[in-house]
Amino acid sequence: MAKTLFQKIWDRHVAKELADGTVLLYIDRHLIHEVTSAQAFEGLRLAGRPVRRPELTVATMDHNVPTEAKERKNIADAISRAQIEMLEKNCKDFGVTLYGLDSERQGIVHIIGPELGLTLPGTTIVCGDSHTSTHGAFGTLAFGIGTSEVEHVLATQTLRQTKPGTFRVDFMGRLRPGVTAKDMILKLIGTIGTSGGTGSVLEYTGEAVRALSMEERMTVCNMSIEGGARAGMIAPDDTTFDYVSRGERPFAPRGAALDQAIAYWKTLPSDPDAAFDRTITIDVDKLAPQVTWGTNPGMVMDVTERVPEPGSVPGYSRVDVEKALDYMGLTPGTPLTDVPVNVVFIGSCTNGRIEDLRRAAMVMSGRQVAKGVQVLVVPGSESVRKQAEAENLDKIFKAAGCEWRFAGCSMCLGMNPDQLKNQQRSASTSNRNFEGRQGKGGRTHLVSPEMAAAAAIAGHFVDFREWK
Amino acid sequence: MTPFVKEHGIVVPLDRANVDTDQIIPKQFLKSIRRTGFGETLFFDWKRRADGTLDPEFPLNQAHFKDAIIMVVRNNFGCGSSREHAVWAVVQAGFRVVIAPTRVLDGNRVPAFADIFASNSVKNGLLTIELPETEVDRIFDAITATPGMKATVDLTLQTITLHGAKDETIRFEIDSIRKDHLLRGLDDIALTLEHATQITSFEAKHDTQLRAQPA
Ligand code: SF4
Repeated sequence: MAKTLFQKIWDRHVAKELADGTVLLYIDRHLIHEVTSAQAFEGLRLAGRPVRRPELTVATMDHNVPTEAKERKNIADAISRAQIEMLEKNCKDFGVTLYGLDSERQGIVHIIGPELGLTLPGTTIVCGDSHTSTHGAFGTLAFGIGTSEVEHVLATQTLRQTKPGTFRVDFMGRLRPGVTAKDMILKLIGTIGTSGGTGSVLEYTGEAVRALSMEERMTVCNMSIEGGARAGMIAPDDTTFDYVSRGERPFAPRGAALDQAIAYWKTLPSDPDAAFDRTITIDVDKLAPQVTWGTNPGMVMDVTERVPEPGSVPGYSRVDVEKALDYMGLTPGTPLTDVPVNVVFIGSCTNGRIEDLRRAAMVMSGRQVAKGVQVLVVPGSESVRKQAEAENLDKIFKAAGCEWRFAGCSMCLGMNPDQLKNQQRSASTSNRNFEGRQGKGGRTHLVSPEMAAAAAIAGHFVDFREWK
Repeated sequence: MTPFVKEHGIVVPLDRANVDTDQIIPKQFLKSIRRTGFGETLFFDWKRRADGTLDPEFPLNQAHFKDAIIMVVRNNFGCGSSREHAVWAVVQAGFRVVIAPTRVLDGNRVPAFADIFASNSVKNGLLTIELPETEVDRIFDAITATPGMKATVDLTLQTITLHGAKDETIRFEIDSIRKDHLLRGLDDIALTLEHATQITSFEAKHDTQLRAQPA
């Protein structure tokens, strides 16, 4: 029978079908970080259970870590420090490899997985973090789990799962200059809503997807969860194989093993006549840069549009829109390009990879950040930081007036010192514009790296396509 | 885990859709390494006004809802992050049940709860009930008529009985796996470890593609 990419991976990982209709799904890679793992290890200790396959679990620290050099050595916040020390202790006690603050390869968990070669086509990956969907860019079944499930994977290397539905998202056409992968995924979420993908695994197909680099594919898959989906996937192809083959990826196969793996990976793409539960087609030919105006990622529009009137937004009640605009401090009818920004954040697991920094640097090069605007540029990993410095991108950013930081989640969620102040407005390359996400009272607009950099220079949103 | 069989208590209304996990528990409270102490953090920012004092308008702060054990909300509750802390906060604030509507919008079904929130809930003995929107409206109306109204939720019978001006009973659907887990308060890990031999034999033939252990 014809199978989808998802179905092929699922079938290969069913360790046992259970009587109640669920399955024990085998997990090939388990990524952990400081925020959602402590209670899972505590559970293991209380029950006297070991980690079943410690070599299949890899840890890093990202959410809590300060991104300024001096603070990294000596974390001021005692609770953050305790959480980080707890992870160090748990990894040591249970034999788990840790890429900690002292490691050259520390970084956001979803950035370092692919860098280290942990993320491979045809595997299953889970992590106690909803943006685990990022890894689906490799043709990997990857999804976020809660802490009880983290403990379950540590103890059994499996998860109890009900099979999700399949949802194909076909991106037709070709992206125009200045329009990016970030705009594709924001457009999709604006179309299906923040719960449109609930219960499903998305597979992104179409010529616009095939044309994307690995970095861009990761941006798309990263935000699948923002559309409510369990996971997002893209069939592996030469772009994928090339990424895995390149660079220093200690966990990736090499030599004959790599050839053998590629031969297998080539069998993974969905069969031509495989059926999906749902399909949607989005034409990207006329796609414009997207900017969110509200308090969830589905509240998004073209940069050329105006702040909407309550009652005029499909899928949202009048009250939803009123509440969102009130929180965001926006007046209906205002052109988005008239909205000023105070802070620009370039980074996160959505857009903190080397290509993202290169594109932002291109916009910044030879220009100056607008007066009064604070710009944080935060590489997604220490490897990205070193690569960027080797290319002198840090110099471009600093000359333009940006702050150049060490790797971490930073202002994506404001759990570390990088936070928006009350009523500060940001242009952010991250993935969530929820109330208070970047700091209490902070107002977040999600955009692509190019759009964020252009907003930093102009001091307000601009249509990057008209940028001279 | 505490089994869920039947619960009786006050119902508090929270008339908002798309309540995300950043609102349920703001991230500053995710730093704890313990599984307890999250009750106070539930809706921490929504409970307070800008000056930090408690907002008397917020339902959970109101005297007649103080001891509520059932929360009724709008669609897509618990969207956003995978943090189980959100469920811990709801449970440790004393809740046993959250009720939300499934909406149909432009022909699409908008779910009552986000996936990960719902699956985290079962693991913590929190019953999430999905109802058609009209039924949820009825509950909101009943509370408006009788603030502090109690209800009885019986998982075996799959019923919610509202003890408002008069008793009315609503039936709900629940997937049998979820129901069984909650009724028996099962420990998933212990159950899975009963299949340890099958996992071992699966591992013997399964290739995880892990090629190296870096130094
Ligand atoms: S960068 Fe943001 S979304 Fe990504 S893992 Fe960190 S906090 Fe989560």
